[in-house]
Amino acid sequence: MSTTGPRQGHRQLAGRLALLAVAMFGFGYLLVPLYDILCEVTGIGNRTGTPTADVVVEVRPDTSRTITVEFVANLNQYAPWEFQPATAMMEVHPGQFYDTTYFARNLTDRKLVGQAVPSVAPGQANKFFKKVECFCFTSQEFAAQEGRDMGLRFMVDPDLPAYIDRITLSYTFFANQNVALNTGAPR
Amino acid sequence: MSDATTHDTHEHHDHGPDRGLMRWITTTNHKDIGTLYLIFAFVMLFVGGAMSLVIRAELFQPGLQFVNPDFYNQMVTMHALIMVFGMIMPAFVGFANWMIPMMIGAPDMALPRLNNWSFWILPFAGVLLLSTLFMDGGGPASGWTLYPPLVLQTGDALPFAIFAVHLLGVSSIMGSINIIVTILNMRAPGMTLLKMPMFVWTWLITAYLLIAVMPVLAGGVTMLLTDAFFGTSFFQAAGGGDPVLFQHIFWFFGHPEVYIIILPAFGIISQIIPTFSRKKLFGYESMVFATGSIAFLSFIVWAHHMFTVGMPLAGQLFFMMSTMLIAVPTGVKVFNWTSTMWKGSLSFETPMLFALGFLFLFTIGGFSGLMLAIAPADFQYHDSYFVVAHFHYVLVPGALYGAIAGAYYWLPKWTGYMYDETLGKWHFWLSTIFVNLTFFPQHFVGLAGMPRRIPDYAVQFTDFNAMSSIGSFGFGFSQLLMVYIVIKCVRGGKKATDQVWDGADGLEWTVPSPAPYHTFDDAPVVK
Repeated sequence: MSTTGPRQGHRQLAGRLALLAVAMFGFGYLLVPLYDILCEVTGIGNRTGTPTADVVVEVRPDTSRTITVEFVANLNQYAPWEFQPATAMMEVHPGQFYDTTYFARNLTDRKLVGQAVPSVAPGQANKFFKKVECFCFTSQEFAAQEGRDMGLRFMVDPDLPAYIDRITLSYTFFANQNVALNTGAPR
Repeated sequence: MSDATTHDTHEHHDHGPDRGLMRWITTTNHKDIGTLYLIFAFVMLFVGGAMSLVIRAELFQPGLQFVNPDFYNQMVTMHALIMVFGMIMPAFVGFANWMIPMMIGAPDMALPRLNNWSFWILPFAGVLLLSTLFMDGGGPASGWTLYPPLVLQTGDALPFAIFAVHLLGVSSIMGSINIIVTILNMRAPGMTLLKMPMFVWTWLITAYLLIAVMPVLAGGVTMLLTDAFFGTSFFQAAGGGDPVLFQHIFWFFGHPEVYIIILPAFGIISQIIPTFSRKKLFGYESMVFATGSIAFLSFIVWAHHMFTVGMPLAGQLFFMMSTMLIAVPTGVKVFNWTSTMWKGSLSFETPMLFALGFLFLFTIGGFSGLMLAIAPADFQYHDSYFVVAHFHYVLVPGALYGAIAGAYYWLPKWTGYMYDETLGKWHFWLSTIFVNLTFFPQHFVGLAGMPRRIPDYAVQFTDFNAMSSIGSFGFGFSQLLMVYIVIKCVRGGKKATDQVWDGADGLEWTVPSPAPYHTFDDAPVVK
């Protein structure tokens, strides 16, 4: 009984709504770069993997303040590594560079590529914790059973809010089989 | 069947359904498909309910009694997935199929064959989802939120569970497209948008929400799939991804989803309360506006589910304030329902009882939601049984009561017979006593620190958990009463009049009871 009129109207509207659904599927993927941008702009989300060496870091030691920095090493289940910080804790002054190391050993009999993923707690301290040299910037290659110290050079920004007196830096060390060798491009 | 519009779908022009099983498989009739949806949802209610009883049996006492922790986690996950995607959403789509064409004076849904397809995807998706329980490594055990990295540890079941979610999403998107096209294109002459019954309005808005957010979920679970099998690192920290990103994507879907679940229930309640108050719905326009506002706000509050991930103060404040803002339109609705009853000539048949149960108990769930919205307090409540109590109050005596109320309200129109009123009242009172016995104590154990999703607990929580378990078994078995009432009503009983309820108003009450296979072949004129 129907003329082409209403049927066509139905199809047209249904088509537009289907297009909306497809666009929203795309929007789901768009959330990924949006999230990265938002994290970078606001300095949240523990995005500390990016090197800050090229950023001008001002050295102006503030000896009136002492911050406790704790170093933590994490391994996920079944991770074939030995992994630990050289020191568990350091007392530092903001605005001054410090060096420390983490030790990692490949416990397998084959070559492994490792990638350390950092995290800073509390989150508010994240953007004030500057790493100028870090083994986490690049993937680390280990021969079978090889163990070595990996360097880290950091500074706590003097602008660190006064209510923070303790920062925990934690690394999780992953065996990085699926991911291409990280050459230090900003992530 | 190339000319498959409305009532020309059948080769024989006898205006009746085909016979036998093929009727149900090939049907394009909105009433048949509505019935299929409702039966499917009813079956899934008991499947998901059985899983919740496994959970409650295990939690009856501290210690591990019946199931191992991994299976317990699978039950928690599957209970939620089945109830959300397999029960409550299909139930409301079933109501939409049955009632929307009759309420707006249309002969059928706009896209009848698409309608058939959206239903028949469901049983396959449901079986696929359930079959994961029998796979190596068991079903998904990460909770229905499917957070990585935990969910990536699922065994063989992961791709099947994700594919099932895809199918369920495709089904509801197609259903939503159909509903929107029907409402916008097929209203009877004179049925302007602002004359549509509230149920139609809530579904129009729900359908838009579904089209906007189901694809985002589909995208999120697809990223899980590629992370697990194709070496991407959306959520894998090792490759530079971030598991918190998944939480954002999931809740960008997840929060509108909770309104997708509750808005159709709001619609049903807005039909029932005026009928049994024998008054017009108070503040119709403000109801429409409130529904729209809730839908809009639902897009900007998602991070209140994840206050504890470590977000900046500004973010916490924004999501806290915007969440609390939702209390305003929701309050408008609750006050409008209450005002509708004010000085009304009330009677308390079963649909009205369930609607009133909804009004009281949903409001309790709303208030505990407000408590959870307070960011600093949420750190105490987060992932505790308080959250479990909150969302079960809005889902069980909220959404489920809405569906049950609607079923009793329209059963006489569907079957032509009155259901057994005495048994209906028994069903209401048993359900209401047991649902409170089940979920109210969970507020207390939650505030005292009992975490959710763990099969064992500290001994001081024993008494409240035992109560909760007794309540859940009572509630579960009370629902069997409804199966009996529905079957009895389908088989016969007191003849229903066309109007059924003396306060009922609307086009669906102008057609005979039971509603003939084809209604409104000639569009009615609405004045």
